[in-house]
Amino acid sequence: MEKKLYLRNILDIRKSKNRTESYPTKSSEEQSDVEDSVLKKYEDLHIKLKINPNLPELLKEQHKKYLLSTIVYLSHAYECLDASRPWLCYWILHPLSLMGVRLDDTRKSHIVKFLGKCQSPSGGFGGGPGQFPHLAATYSAVNALVILGTEEAYNIIDRKKLQEFLLSVRQPDGSFAMHIGGEIDIRGAYCALAVASLTGILTMDLFKDTAEWIVSCQTYEGGFSGCPGMEAHGGYAFCGLSALVILQKGHLCDKQALLRWLVHRQMRLEGGFQGRTNKLVDGCYSFWQGGAFPLLYSLLAKDGNTPQDHLFDERALQEYLLICCQSPTGGLLDKPGKIRDVFHTCYTLSGLSVAQHFLEEIRILGPSKNGIACTHPLYNIRPDIVRKALLYYNNLGTPKQENQTGNM
Amino acid sequence: MSDYSSDENEGEFVLYRNRPEWRDVTPVKQDDGEEPVVAIDYTEAYEDCYDYFRAVLKTKEVSERALELTQTASYLNPANYTVWQYRREILKGLNKDLNEELDFIQKVILKQSKNYQVWHHRRVLVEWLQDASKEKYLTEAVLAKDAKNYHAWQHRQWVIKTFNLYDGELEYIDTLLSDDVRNNSAWNQRLLLHDKGGLSKNKHVTKFCEELYKSGNHSPFLLAVLVDMCYEQVNEGGGDSVYTLERAKELCSDLMTKYDTVRAKYWQYMIDTIEKKAREGTEDEAGSSTN
Ligand SMILES: [Zn+2]
Repeated sequence: MEKKLYLRNILDIRKSKNRTESYPTKSSEEQSDVEDSVLKKYEDLHIKLKINPNLPELLKEQHKKYLLSTIVYLSHAYECLDASRPWLCYWILHPLSLMGVRLDDTRKSHIVKFLGKCQSPSGGFGGGPGQFPHLAATYSAVNALVILGTEEAYNIIDRKKLQEFLLSVRQPDGSFAMHIGGEIDIRGAYCALAVASLTGILTMDLFKDTAEWIVSCQTYEGGFSGCPGMEAHGGYAFCGLSALVILQKGHLCDKQALLRWLVHRQMRLEGGFQGRTNKLVDGCYSFWQGGAFPLLYSLLAKDGNTPQDHLFDERALQEYLLICCQSPTGGLLDKPGKIRDVFHTCYTLSGLSVAQHFLEEIRILGPSKNGIACTHPLYNIRPDIVRKALLYYNNLGTPKQENQTGNM
Repeated sequence: MSDYSSDENEGEFVLYRNRPEWRDVTPVKQDDGEEPVVAIDYTEAYEDCYDYFRAVLKTKEVSERALELTQTASYLNPANYTVWQYRREILKGLNKDLNEELDFIQKVILKQSKNYQVWHHRRVLVEWLQDASKEKYLTEAVLAKDAKNYHAWQHRQWVIKTFNLYDGELEYIDTLLSDDVRNNSAWNQRLLLHDKGGLSKNKHVTKFCEELYKSGNHSPFLLAVLVDMCYEQVNEGGGDSVYTLERAKELCSDLMTKYDTVRAKYWQYMIDTIEKKAREGTEDEAGSSTN
């Protein structure tokens, strides 16, 4: 079922400017500046709309072109991401797959082989060939391989070694370090759970006490922090909630508090999400915060409180993404005035996907060709692609069984 | 460019392949395979340095020159965790003066304060030294420029909890809040020093909120807190509290239609949820009275 959404009334948007209560501070001044630049975008669009009633449009062709060009070449400005190259693969492959782009098999094979070079002999993946294995690199490599979805891609992951790597970064309290000797935070637990569940190597021993550790990261505001005691933050809230859902322990957190915190991260005027209280809107939180909603719906449904509708304003979010976050030459960005990059292209489009899909319904702002595929909120991969991988690895069985038969 | 200190002019940078002290080492090219993807067009200096870093990593060389090499490599890409991890192994292997390393990483942090690896390096050094005496100062220097820097707060919380450095924290938070009362990171830090409890039972809170409401303040944040108090009281059976279902309905519909329209669906959901709680409450009572 497809439902067409319409733009918010510009008069209402104008009225929703943040009030400084005649007490401006650095935070409120920065907020006002952003609101001014966003409002200008909305005002401009309402003028252009008189000439082109098809606005706002998702510039799919431009985004595809931009993403495809980055697969082969990145300028030296990307040196700072030289320890995140599997991430680059995922950030490019996922938005392409949301827009329905199919890569040819040779191209796929090149990417698989490259990721194979990033796999460590001791299990897990590093940020580039020869780098130490790292949980975030492992997460993005596994996600990328699952999206590629070929037999070659599935088989390149050494699942037995992967399990050993996960065990090597597990801490006694159930938390995870990002690499051996590395920092411990909630990303570690999520990345470990995501790859273990996707590749069928999740065991309860590996994640003993992890749920309790994650719950200890839920803050008084309702969101989750990177580690116990810190401030609630969108990226970490996504990690915490997803990790709990994978463990089927979502009931351990305070859902009502989490919902309250989440809905308040949507900005009144901008329509996009902020990452933390009193911080600025940023396109990438469309997914980190937005993606938490479908997960929360599933938890609320278990209590018999199935929401009948999105609990955030999906039309305002689509407005922000389409009107404020697109670069005219392809690629998407944080907020007006920032430059495009593949990270923001991935997470803004993922957020758009969340806003466009509610259960089986499709809600699209602008022409219906703005529609993109649905994303699985636990992994941020298309659900059909996730199902295919789960089926494949489940048929393989757990690595231990393989080993037993292998020794015979 | 081999150093973080921009003020010192150390002359022309020499590529590692042109340095006599590295002549015995064969550089190792990055193995991207035959058909590289997401290939970065490295600068000459970057490629040269990392070719030698890979060589050193391969032979596990622990030496002064390898230590110097990791400094250049970390400068060229501070997010390369392999470089930092290997650097720590060299520091240990050579039994280096860790206080010098603290000074070094402080300079790096002041320039790269939004990076996981540099803060983690700092934390490991503090653990090794068991000396946290310089940490509050460092985090304050970072927070002076970026008062919401997550890494700085996380480091600060860790040293305060680990080394019991709570003294003076409340005063520090107060200065930050008087600079910017909307600094939520500072409010979060304040909670580190306090207990939490239900809002609707705290007379100071309810009195303050109700007076603000009566004075005509309809800030969505105030109304939202009142809705939360209604939820809390209805959930707990309420008694003769003023935080009732009816009050919640009135507040939510004001929020939906006037003060917080972007969250209209959430406020409707809250009405439904509180209504349901109230119904469950009366059913429970009916159930228990028949027993
Ligand atoms: Zn962002």
